[in-house]
Amino acid sequence: MNRVAWLRYFIVTGFIVFLEVLCRTGIIPATVMIPPTSMAAHLWALLASGRVTPDIIETIGNVIAAFLLSVTVGFALGAVIHSFPRLRRAIDPFLATYYALPFFAFYPLFIVLFGLGRPPIIAIGFLFGVVAMIIATLNGFDRIPRALLKTAAVYRMDPLSTALRIKLPSAAPYLFTGVKLAVAYSFIGVIAGEFIMSSSGLGYSIAYAFNNFDNKTMYALMLFVIVLVTAVNAFFYVWEQRLLARRGR
Amino acid sequence: MRRAFDTILLVAVALVIWQAIHLLAPSALTSPLGTARRAAELLGTATFWPHVAETLKAFLYALILAFTGGLLLGLLLGLNKTGAKVADPILVSIYSLPKVTLYPVILLIFGLGMSAKVAFGTIHGIIPIAIFAMNSVRNLAPVYLKTARVLHLSKAETLRTVVIPAAIPEIVSGLRIGFSLTLLGVLIGEMFASQRGLGYMIMNAIGLHDVPTMMAVILMLAVFAVAANAVLLWLDQRLHRRIT
Repeated sequence: MNRVAWLRYFIVTGFIVFLEVLCRTGIIPATVMIPPTSMAAHLWALLASGRVTPDIIETIGNVIAAFLLSVTVGFALGAVIHSFPRLRRAIDPFLATYYALPFFAFYPLFIVLFGLGRPPIIAIGFLFGVVAMIIATLNGFDRIPRALLKTAAVYRMDPLSTALRIKLPSAAPYLFTGVKLAVAYSFIGVIAGEFIMSSSGLGYSIAYAFNNFDNKTMYALMLFVIVLVTAVNAFFYVWEQRLLARRGR
Repeated sequence: MRRAFDTILLVAVALVIWQAIHLLAPSALTSPLGTARRAAELLGTATFWPHVAETLKAFLYALILAFTGGLLLGLLLGLNKTGAKVADPILVSIYSLPKVTLYPVILLIFGLGMSAKVAFGTIHGIIPIAIFAMNSVRNLAPVYLKTARVLHLSKAETLRTVVIPAAIPEIVSGLRIGFSLTLLGVLIGEMFASQRGLGYMIMNAIGLHDVPTMMAVILMLAVFAVAANAVLLWLDQRLHRRIT
């Protein structure tokens, strides 16, 4: 492990110890935040009791569904938009503005369209993730070197094998960025959706604990979400570094 | 000219789809015309404006905090090679956290009201601005900094005359994304625990099944967001063209 990584661990650990000290000495009152070690202890107890297992499974399932949908649909839409330059020029400013919209407000509409329960939450996660994937696909297709496409034309490759053997590999790093964002945004969308208007799932459990002044459960679940999301993102980060290293960049 | 026509065409198609969904499920979605009418009605009501003022105020404060904080953090980290390397993955993982889970903490610290909303908007916007500013300085052509050293510029002069002008296009891209996310943060903050503001109006309208009001507020927010973003996007593209 190199110096930079050590420094990083040192900062993160230092921050946690700092919080711990602040909480233990009462500078941060227990009504505001509980010490990180007791968050972990409560989380352990909570997981062992199995009380939150259904919520965890439900949230993870929602995230996976939203993620898969946003990657496949986002890629397909991106490819279609890219092949119509006029459509693309018109749609670009809207794509760039998209993330300023409060999607959660569309929730009642989704209930009417998809029924109660999980589909509307998945739809919110999907809406959050899909545009990041569309933008990444457009970026990736923009950066394909002309020479490669010309070579494909010289070899008289048909559109399908051009797409699979030229376009996909050379756009891959950008597509991977999109995939990474889609993971993060699916999490954000699903958990925020559950937080504001669901009646089950991790986000809901946190909001419920907050409304009942149940700080222990709330912080334990927050810790769970933070650790889970960080672990998933770190996994994709390391994977991406490996891919880039293999490409010799 | 053709571009403007294409944009209008796109908006028209979106309106047709909207109308079609309205015809399929009239109770879920007000028609475009109905929404516009309700929006005009709201604009004429006196009780609507305090909500707008509340949201705008929270948004403005959050934006100022996110811009200055993000730029400072990003520029400082960007100028320090080790600092940037250490901070990059940390910032990226904070960026991808579902920050809404942290909202209760902010409410516990700041209490209900304006400051909690401002804080929530700020934490949404500050990280992407910092990431963009940091990377813009990191990816500066080395020859610029070498020239600065050859000319014996002091640190402050280097920053003012070399680093910031060269990094401006990327910084503006960061500000554009920060702008959108700050707005989203403030609105989510208002939707969850607030008694005032446009986010509260949306939640209240959802609770009362007042679909026209909900749609009208969302429409106005969308128009505001798209318009502000279009201006920033235009600036962004102009700056990028000037450099290359």
